[in-house]
Parts: sequence; structure tokens; C-alpha cells
Amino acid sequence: MATATAPADFDVHKQDSLGLRVQHVLHANPVLGPLAVLVLAIIAFSIVNTRFFSAPNLSLVLAQVTVIATLALGQTMVILTAGIDLAAGIIAVFSGVLMAAFCTRAGMPGVLALILGFACGTAMGAINGFLVTRIKLPPFIVTLGTLTIFLSLNSVISNSETVRGSDMPDLMTWTGSTIPIGNFRLTYGSIIMLALFAYFYYALKQTAWGKHVYATGDDIEAARLAGIQTPRVLFSVYTVAGLLYAVGGWILIGRLASASPNVGTDYNLDSITAVVLGGTSLFGGRGSVIGTLIGALIVGVFRNGLQLGGVEVVWQGFAIGLLVLVAVSLDQWIRKVKT
Amino acid sequence: MTTSTGKHSATPVLQAKGLTKRYGRVVAINGSDLELYPGEILAVIGDNGAGKSSLIKALSGALVPDEGEIFLDGQQVQFRTPMDARTAGIETVYQTLAVAPGLDIADNLFLGREERRPGPLGSVFRMLDRKHMRSEAKRHMSELGVATLQNIGQAVESLSGGQRQAVAVARSAAFGSKVVILDEPTAALGVKEGNRVLQLIRDVRDRGLPVILISHNMPHVFEVADRIHIQRLGRRATVITPKSHSMSEAVAIMTGAAEPPPHTA
Repeated sequence: MATATAPADFDVHKQDSLGLRVQHVLHANPVLGPLAVLVLAIIAFSIVNTRFFSAPNLSLVLAQVTVIATLALGQTMVILTAGIDLAAGIIAVFSGVLMAAFCTRAGMPGVLALILGFACGTAMGAINGFLVTRIKLPPFIVTLGTLTIFLSLNSVISNSETVRGSDMPDLMTWTGSTIPIGNFRLTYGSIIMLALFAYFYYALKQTAWGKHVYATGDDIEAARLAGIQTPRVLFSVYTVAGLLYAVGGWILIGRLASASPNVGTDYNLDSITAVVLGGTSLFGGRGSVIGTLIGALIVGVFRNGLQLGGVEVVWQGFAIGLLVLVAVSLDQWIRKVKT
Repeated sequence: MTTSTGKHSATPVLQAKGLTKRYGRVVAINGSDLELYPGEILAVIGDNGAGKSSLIKALSGALVPDEGEIFLDGQQVQFRTPMDARTAGIETVYQTLAVAPGLDIADNLFLGREERRPGPLGSVFRMLDRKHMRSEAKRHMSELGVATLQNIGQAVESLSGGQRQAVAVARSAAFGSKVVILDEPTAALGVKEGNRVLQLIRDVRDRGLPVILISHNMPHVFEVADRIHIQRLGRRATVITPKSHSMSEAVAIMTGAAEPPPHTA
């Protein structure tokens, strides 16, 4: 027998400076930063314009962010795997256009059109997943290609025409109808969105699949060596994201009270903005869906608050762009954390 | 435990016979043998290109040899993937560590073999049994004497190189039922942390798991190894012990400057 074994103790270093401590707190709780921004923005805009913090206006903000938030939920999972999905917006819009075509031109009942629309969105996501995992192309290139293809198909199938909500079964525009809670009006679309966030919060935190999504994004080679079937994880993420985008497309029909082939095709960038503002790292493996919900709300609150504050639309984009740059810089700084 | 000198009479836990792997005209391993006996640390050393990593990859299922046989506890086995070797009880700690930096220690220990809650929470909702995994992780870490890692929920990226290595070694010791293979576990570490990892390796062996240690670090090899397998030109040149030969003699055999002696171990 070898000599008695002494415990292998490893040093734990102590942090001193305030900056490092802030860095550590943000590193451990990445949602705190975005949450602080959201709360400060709400307080600031409420002071600037008293109408901001009224129930009707807050209802409007939530209704406005619902579609982006739903898309951003799918985008979050893609970005957690260190990918990016440029096709998020077009998959949502195209799925909605297909749903409308199924019920108006094919005369299908609403439920069937809806389910088929979801299936189409899922299939579009699966195509992305297939190209990323089997052909092994970078997600940016894959989704840039499918974005262009889906855009083209979207124009062909819709004839670039909008289908009015009144021409479709009620189910298609149901997501836009509201339940009053006092003066606050909650849309069914928002309820669906919040339920999806709750579900995927659970799936990412409490299931093995969630752990594998994080591990794959963190270090794909390490995940593979640990026995995780990384292609399967990636494929599932892109496919599930496709389904979420299709649900977003349905909510968009309710919000617009029509199925338009033109509105929302640029939501891919808005969804990425929400994810990044929510503290999810573009380098993968770090972030949360709660952060994304907060990120989407930040965008909504800024747009609405600046509007009420009399800032022109063209400058709203300027402000949001600045926020994104600050968020990414913050992420880089947090990532440099060392013991 | 085996004695560190003298021939073995026990059945090897892991044995390779005449393993050969060719890549086109390049022969990576050329009829190499290897024996690992119960309760020992077998170091595998060799110059670059001697075929030691190909040999280890064949044993851990990461490559399929063209010729030769592998026996585990005397039974012939064939590994097509790393998963096959792992299922058979051979755990490998790769040089790249294979830990997910963003996940915590407990998550990393169970990465790829998570446990679900009993009952419908686990079967229907697929909920992880985090409490059980955490307490198990704590047990494994403290069994290996990794004392000061008080917070099992700490992200691995917040750990030092040695602590990360400890997590990876603990994982292999926790799940490896037959053999633990460590590929250059001290290569990226400082002196102090390197020594602690060597202690971990001894702890693993003393718990009854035989260890194959691949290392370039001669002082480390001579400090912990019971026997030293010297790989040269794609095959086993000889097996020595830290007592039978000096470090410079081992290096001479490794580089071809000296004739390999007959096996002394």
C-alpha cells in the first residue's frame, strides 16, 4: 500500500476589488444586468411621461413584444448552442402565410390549417438543423441561405398579397383577442408566449436535454467526448425553434388581424437583439430564457417610451443599437472572469 | 495491490495483443502489446510519433485497430466507439478534459448520464434528480479527498486548472468500473497543482481502479507509476519499473539511444 493519502486540497482565491466583485455577481446571475436596465428604463420613462405607466399603455407594450419574444425564445436556444438563426422571422411569416393559404385557398378548418402551419414551421427548422448537423455548414451560412429561399417561396405562395383576418376562421386571429384584467388587456397571444417561456425555462433547467444544450454550446468537443450526441441536440434545437417561430407567426396574424407576407420578415434581427440584451452570449453556453423575456421587454419599453417622450422613430433604432453594443461589451467583460 | 517488481501471475484487467493501425502507408501502431494489472498505475511513455496516443485511442474506443485483440478481464472485447469502451467500464480523461465550463461540478460529473427523478416527475416530465446528483457528486469528490471544493454548484470555469482536472478525474473514477485512462493529466498544470493531481491518481488506484497514465513528464511518471510501458516505433519496447531503471535510462530507451532491456516488470 502506498503511504497514507493526504487530502488534495485546492486553493480558493478571494476577490477584493469592487469591480471584480460586480463582475462575479453578474457572472453568477447574468439576468441581474438586463433586469436593472428594464427597471431603470420603466422608472425613467414613467417620469418623462405619466401616460407611460398606465395600464392601457403597458398592455400595448406587452402586446407589441409578444411576437418578438416568441421568436426570441427559439433564437435563445439556437444561440445557446453557439449558433444563430437568421431565418427566424421568415419562418414565422411564411408559416402564417401558409396557415392563411390552407384555410382560404384549400378551405381547411382552422384547427387543421393551424396544425399544418406548425408542421411547416417545424419542417423549416428541421431543414436548418439538417444542414447544420449533417452537411456541417456554419449556422450563419445555413440560415442565410434558407432565409433567402423561404423569402422567395413566401412571395411566390402569397402572391405578395395580404389575407384579411375576416376571411379566415376565428381561430387564426384568436391570439389577438384580449382578456381584461382591470384596465390591463392581456392578449391570448401573450398568454401563449408566457406559457412557452415557462415551459422552456423548465426544459432547459430541469431536464437532461437542457443540460446538453448548454454543454453543446459551451464546448461541443467536450460535450461529444462526455458522450452527448451533439448532432441530435443541435438538430432538436433548430427543429423546436422552427415550431416556436410558427407559433410566433400565428400570434402575428392575431396582432395584425391579417396574414401579411411582408410584416415581420426582419424580426430575425429583432429577436437576436432581444436575446443579446437578455444577457445570452453569442458564443454559446451562457444565458437564459428569462433574460430573453426581459431583453424583449427592454426593446418594447424603449421603443414605446421614446415614442411617448417624443423621440422620432429613426432615433429609436439608434438608441436600441447602442444598448446592444453595451450588452455585448458587458458580456465580453463578464466572460473574462477568473478565479 | 501489486508489488512494483517481479512478474505478475494475475490476469490482466486490460490486455492488448498485437494491435496494429495503419493510415495509408503510415503505421501508427505496429503489433503493440499492453498489459494492465489489477490495482496498478501503468505509465505509458514514448517519444512523439511512437504511437502511444493511437494505442490509448484503441483501448478507449476512439479508433478501431486494423489488427490485434483487446481483452478485458480475460474476455475478448471490440470497441467501435468511445461509448462502447465506457459501457464496458473504461473511462478516459482526455487531454482536453471534456468538461463543460459553464455547467457546475455536479452537472459535469453526470454529463451524458443524468439521473431523473423517480415516478411520473421523471418519466413524464423528465425532471432531473438534482438533489441526488449533487449529493452523489459531493460524495465522489470527498472520497477522492478534494476537500476544499465546498460548493458543488460552482461553475467549472470558475475553477483552476487543477480543480478542473480533479473534476474530470473524479468523473472517471465515479463511473469507471474497470479502468481509468488519463491522457497527460498534469501537462497544463503548475508544480503544486500537478502534485495534487498525482495524489488524486494514487487515490483512484488505492480505491481499486487500475490506471493507465500517459505522460511526457518523467518526474511525474517516476513518482506515481508502478510500472512503465515504453512505446517506441509503434510497439512496446519494454516495461520497466521506477526502481529498476533511472529516468535517464528510460529516456535513452524511449529515444533509441539505449537498447531496450528485457521486461523487468
